[in-house]
Amino acid sequence: MMLLILLALGLVAVTGTIVVLTREPACQAVTLSVFGLTLSILFMTMQAPDVALSQLAIGTAVVPLMIMLTIQKIGGPR
Amino acid sequence: MTHRWRLVLFVVAAPAFAVLFFLAARGLPVFGSEFHPYGDRAVEIATRQRTTANVVSSVNFDQRAIDTLGEEFILFGSVIGTIVLLRPAPEEREVGRRPAGGVLPTTRLAGYLLLPVSVLVGLYVIAHGQLSPGGGFQGGVVLATGWHLLYVAGRYAALRRAAPPTVMEIIESVGAAAFAAVGLAGLVIGGAFLVNFLPVGTFNDLISGGTVPVLNGAVGMAVAAAIVLLLSGFLEQAVVLRRSPEPRVDSSIVARSKEHR
Repeated sequence: MMLLILLALGLVAVTGTIVVLTREPACQAVTLSVFGLTLSILFMTMQAPDVALSQLAIGTAVVPLMIMLTIQKIGGPR
Repeated sequence: MTHRWRLVLFVVAAPAFAVLFFLAARGLPVFGSEFHPYGDRAVEIATRQRTTANVVSSVNFDQRAIDTLGEEFILFGSVIGTIVLLRPAPEEREVGRRPAGGVLPTTRLAGYLLLPVSVLVGLYVIAHGQLSPGGGFQGGVVLATGWHLLYVAGRYAALRRAAPPTVMEIIESVGAAAFAAVGLAGLVIGGAFLVNFLPVGTFNDLISGGTVPVLNGAVGMAVAAAIVLLLSGFLEQAVVLRRSPEPRVDSSIVARSKEHR
């Protein structure tokens, strides 16, 4: 179990770094979505399925969608 | 702030934060240990007294329901604020939907197939909040995002027809008000605000946990409608509204708003 948690934590660290290093906002929305997915895997391994479900719904679906729609509206990076 | 100053600030602040964080976390029980003073009490109350199988729901909607009421109204307030911010500006007008940029037939098919599945999952998660992981918030979000598969399938007009903003506003308000009303009913019947005044039923039955499933239903309504409204505000801005070349309102307002920009 500890190994799974460490593995999930490592995934979160890697994907989180990738989100920070992504400079293009539209691509960042996608990497943010993947980051949210790894975060919900971490919550799942730590036996918090309620939080994992919230994270999955908000962090991987609603927030990236809102970012994508905003980029669509303002016409991408200037 | 220049790049160098930000680096200096980081190098100074990071060790300070690390030391404080270490000191703050030192008093916590060891990770993965058997010692859970709060958990044991919460589980005891949830399973023995309130017969709520999902302890997290018992904590959220019974043992500290007033916190959840606060969270509910935070969401309510922020959605209202966002919708006010996203309202059409004077020089914006509906230009009609731009042609859908070629939705793949497979995407369309997946959207239509997954729509009933995700709506069902959303309703299930709301209805079983007292038994299994999930509840009003999670189920409400699944329901709302599932609804938007209509848009993914390439039918913006269908989405607008299926979820008219006025109806969503009413559902959101009714859901939020129902939470407060259950709390007031507890005050009248049980003598305390949001006290669990309903019979708690049999452990692991669909109808058990007293007010927990009722509050989950109220939150599910409010959250689903709130997320639909939120996304419809963004969708309207991104898909329908454009800065119009010839203003439809009197030009003085447009001129003034241009000065501000």
